[in-house]
Amino acid sequence: MREWIDLLMVLVAVTNLAILGVSRLRTCIRLSAIQGAMLGCLPLMVAPLESWTPLLLALVTIALKGWVLPALLERSLVEANVQREVQPFVGYNASILIGVIAIAASFWFNTRLPLPFDPPGTLMIPTAFFGVLVGLFILVSRKIALNQVIGYLVLENGIYTFGLVLMPHQTLMVELGILLDLFVGVFVMGIAIFQINREFDHIDADRMTGLRDWSDE
Amino acid sequence: MISILSSILTVLCGFALAPLLLGVVNRTKAVFAGRKGQPLLQLYFDLTRLIGKGAVYSRTTSWVFRAGPIVGLAAIAIAMTLVPFGGSRGLVSFAGDFFFVAYLLGILRFLWVVAALDTGSSFEGMGASREVAFSALAEPALLLALTAVAWMTRSLSLSEMVGRLSWTLGPGVAPIAMVGCTLFVVFLAENARIPVDDPNTHLELTMIHEVMVLDHSGPDFAMIQYTAALKFWLLGAILIGVLLPLEGLPMIIRFLVSVAGMFTLAVLVGIVESTMARLRLLKVPQLLAGACALAIFALILVVR
Repeated sequence: MREWIDLLMVLVAVTNLAILGVSRLRTCIRLSAIQGAMLGCLPLMVAPLESWTPLLLALVTIALKGWVLPALLERSLVEANVQREVQPFVGYNASILIGVIAIAASFWFNTRLPLPFDPPGTLMIPTAFFGVLVGLFILVSRKIALNQVIGYLVLENGIYTFGLVLMPHQTLMVELGILLDLFVGVFVMGIAIFQINREFDHIDADRMTGLRDWSDE
Repeated sequence: MISILSSILTVLCGFALAPLLLGVVNRTKAVFAGRKGQPLLQLYFDLTRLIGKGAVYSRTTSWVFRAGPIVGLAAIAIAMTLVPFGGSRGLVSFAGDFFFVAYLLGILRFLWVVAALDTGSSFEGMGASREVAFSALAEPALLLALTAVAWMTRSLSLSEMVGRLSWTLGPGVAPIAMVGCTLFVVFLAENARIPVDDPNTHLELTMIHEVMVLDHSGPDFAMIQYTAALKFWLLGAILIGVLLPLEGLPMIIRFLVSVAGMFTLAVLVGIVESTMARLRLLKVPQLLAGACALAIFALILVVR
């Protein structure tokens, strides 16, 4: 099972790289949906299948990350009527390069932070770090506000992976944490996209400096 | 003795079958387009016809222009002897020869580019500049992928690396699959196939490889076409050798499976060319950078 977890982690990391290099917003959303669905299968592989909780967790995660959130994003993509391109501040090639550096950094981190116990898969922690780094990078480097949501989603996927490392030891806490995470995720993103759409006739993060209580204009 | 004999035979087989592969690519494309298509052996006919002709040299060109095709063919012929095929070792092999092969391809490219520039045509200069820009990105991808393979097989010689990778269908396949993807992208880019360059196009805005060789004629052009076919075979042999787990099978089966693999690869290229559009020139570096990133990831996974 460990090897299969590692294979899944490699696939997740490759989707992260692809999100960095892809220029179409819709493809980015699809990739994050695929990533979410793959990570949804992870509880089933990590935890022993003797109780129903991992199954529930997997179903909720796949439904939310693989379907609800991407559907929300696609809807706001249509409604906001934005350009279909990602419009990064950092070019695609540079983004991919930074992704590669982030992979190397995550593997290096992994060697510096020994766990007190054996993780379920050797690649889980590096992939979690990689997801967090990629998410942070997308948050700061993209122009259209929908990308910030995707970045947050990728970041959250990383944290979720990290939480699942602890799953065999702290089952209940981890499950509660993950469900809370997802709830907050849906909540924040739904509200954020809705508000941004209502307040501005554009979702260009570059021009959102006027976001304050009073305005000189 | 038998191993040397089989190496000689496989190298000769490469020299003989390489033009046929391009025929298979063209036939696949014709089938997809609903055409009857040119004969499978068209490139052989073209080559004999071109050899029979005389060459025309512009008065503005120097010996560099004439040296381009000859040195290119020589470089690729040397590289052919280094790359193993179908389970037998390369005719020559030494530690680090995969770097040597990569730079033989570099010499070939350099000579073609210099020959194109030697004509003084701005049109050919444009093609040369594009060729160099893209291969500057394809070369690190190739070397990184081969380095990952070298690490996996713990050897520095192509004869020990290619076709020696043992893997079973299952979880451990990730780095090999990534290296395979990288090598396939490099294969398409270096052979001027579709997502990067369209071998059929004759539009000045889109041509890369075709435009570099416009001024060559007769036997020179025959050499260039044959060199391109050999390059197709060479990079294909590396790709097939990395992807097919043939360790431990009898020699003759390995050889037959490898030949079948080469023709499958040609059909695959034909399918890619029929179903995909050419990428915009600006997008090509992105594709190659992605290939590089995959190779680095594979390298990190195997070195870890």
